[in-house]
Amino acid sequence: MLVSNNSEYAVTVKDLEKRFGSFQAVNKVSFQVRRGEIFGFLGPNGAGKSTTMRMLCGIIIPTAGEATVNGFDVFHQAEQIKNHIGYMSQKFSLYEDLTVEENIDFYSGIYQIPMVEKKNRKDWVVKMAGLDEHRNSLTAILPGGWRQRLALGCALLHKPPVIFLDEPTSGVDPISRRSFWELIYQLAAEGITVFVTTHYMDEAEYCDRLAMIYRGELVAIGTPDELKVKYMNNDVLNLECLDPFGALQAVNGIPEIREAALFGRGLHLAVNDASSSIPIIIKALQERKLVYTRLEKIIPSLEDVFVSIIESRDSSAGL
Amino acid sequence: MNMYRVIAIIRKEFIHILRDPRSLGMAIAMPILLIFLFGSSLSLDVDHVPLVVWDQNGTHESREFIGRFTASRYFDLNGHVTSYAEIEEAIDKREAILALVIPREFSRKLESGRKADVQLIADGSDANTATIAIGYAQMVADGYTSSLLLKAADQQGAKRVKIPVEVQPRVWFNQNMLAKNYIIPGLIAVIMMVISALLTSLTIAREWENGTMEQLITTPLTPSELIVGKLTPYFAIGMLDVVLAVLMGQYLFEVPLRGNTALVFGMAALFLPGALTMGMLISIMTRSQLLASQLAMVLTFLPSFLLSGFMYSIANMPIVIQGLTYLVPSRFFIVILKNIYLKGAGFAIILTEAGILLLFAVVLIVVANIKLKKRLV
Repeated sequence: MLVSNNSEYAVTVKDLEKRFGSFQAVNKVSFQVRRGEIFGFLGPNGAGKSTTMRMLCGIIIPTAGEATVNGFDVFHQAEQIKNHIGYMSQKFSLYEDLTVEENIDFYSGIYQIPMVEKKNRKDWVVKMAGLDEHRNSLTAILPGGWRQRLALGCALLHKPPVIFLDEPTSGVDPISRRSFWELIYQLAAEGITVFVTTHYMDEAEYCDRLAMIYRGELVAIGTPDELKVKYMNNDVLNLECLDPFGALQAVNGIPEIREAALFGRGLHLAVNDASSSIPIIIKALQERKLVYTRLEKIIPSLEDVFVSIIESRDSSAGL
Repeated sequence: MNMYRVIAIIRKEFIHILRDPRSLGMAIAMPILLIFLFGSSLSLDVDHVPLVVWDQNGTHESREFIGRFTASRYFDLNGHVTSYAEIEEAIDKREAILALVIPREFSRKLESGRKADVQLIADGSDANTATIAIGYAQMVADGYTSSLLLKAADQQGAKRVKIPVEVQPRVWFNQNMLAKNYIIPGLIAVIMMVISALLTSLTIAREWENGTMEQLITTPLTPSELIVGKLTPYFAIGMLDVVLAVLMGQYLFEVPLRGNTALVFGMAALFLPGALTMGMLISIMTRSQLLASQLAMVLTFLPSFLLSGFMYSIANMPIVIQGLTYLVPSRFFIVILKNIYLKGAGFAIILTEAGILLLFAVVLIVVANIKLKKRLV
């Protein structure tokens, strides 16, 4: 065991590995999650996000490494872990032929909620999920956002100190996503540790801390702001203009510009140094008689950071 | 094992079953249909053998001889013919399985005390029926012969002559040798094996296919709780099926149940857990509903029909196949049911078979438990 039960960390992971045959799904990943924080796991599909989470929930056994959840070792104390976590998978995993109440009752039974608390917990889940009028509806007929909230409620019935959410908002409309994240904030405010995977960059901004995973490896970790400062070697300029395609051609020949990409009605330009590059760019635009409305250094978005990290990884790997 | 969690699973499974009336209907209608179909069509009795006669002799004696055949319940006289060509035609058209040819000199030879031959032609394309039918014909002819001998001795004024040795057959347990009396108890065992495995073959695979198994894995639920919780409602359905099957045997097929009815249900309760777990084990191994149900059908239906002693006598099988039959649980359930039904046997007689059924159930549940645990990772 790495840490004791009353440590400040809810999850500790050290050199965790998972191989499926010759495929290295997760490669020596290490990180720690503090109690009560919203910890985001960010990465493209197939990067190893879900595999890591499933190892922590006891669904799959790691190939090598060490990990604890709430102080329990994933190799030897999987059963204790299961009493202290809630898990919600990206696929709806309640019973569609059972009603809202029947699903809640079922998980109350599985988690052995005492009789005296049962009704309270059920009411809490129904209220939290906003399903008061649908207590007796089959879950099959509920829209996606409501199902997700019900699934979250069922995973929280036993008041677990740590909760794992695997892409909880995939396939859910933006308004439901918003309200789902409000729920997550409430949980964190109550001291629950929330471990969430996502590939939505805007959702990643809501997290207290983020780990970026790519091709099974942890490539960056920190608060969203730390990531933007620490892992961005370049400055990012925002260029707004009437003819973005013309501007793209104009700046493509400039050696100071490391990367140029269309972004909304303008361009995002990655440069080594903003102050020295801006005059060069202005000159190039004027030569082509292109009109621009704005050119300024901006704080990079997480997407900029992530793209930058991935490109430096791929180029160093010779891809 | 935590009863609180087992009860949660049982309640959930009952809701699944009740919300799916088609499957529930199948679970109840299928055994009824199968027992009805097999029970009415599977008859191994040979009687009412169609017979044609070519009586070349045409005398009082020859007609008396033919009368012995028509009086027996084993033969139906389907007409007289006057040539071998007609005999052949009758057999071809399946109007006759046996043909009796009585030669011209039949009565003359009898009167002069010489041996009178008659010819019996049988349709060998169904060798089994032909053999049995020839046996019946032999029996009828023997009866006629001994009555002639007795009459002759009487006329010669001898003291009352008696046949030196006479076999007095008594068939115990099934006096009228009705096939249904031993087919129906065996059929109940075979059908219950198939239905039980089919019922449970979907349960675990469905959880995998719907992604609900992954959720269950992250809860404190243990494999044994899941297995026991899922077996219970299907056990109830299985027992209901047995009750229906026994009622059908009683009132539809009128098979006598000489033993204790409670013992029948007690033995069914011992047989069902193993049979149900077999289906569940298949479900655990395949994780696919389609594959699991097909495998369950093949793996229970064929051995139960062919290797259980239901259709073919185990004693006549090659020694290797005989060894295989010990792995077919329905073999032992069939012995139990036949003993209770036909012999009115008590528990002491079927103790060994009951023990083997229990062993089957325990071994299968343990294996399913281990396999489910391994499958979770």
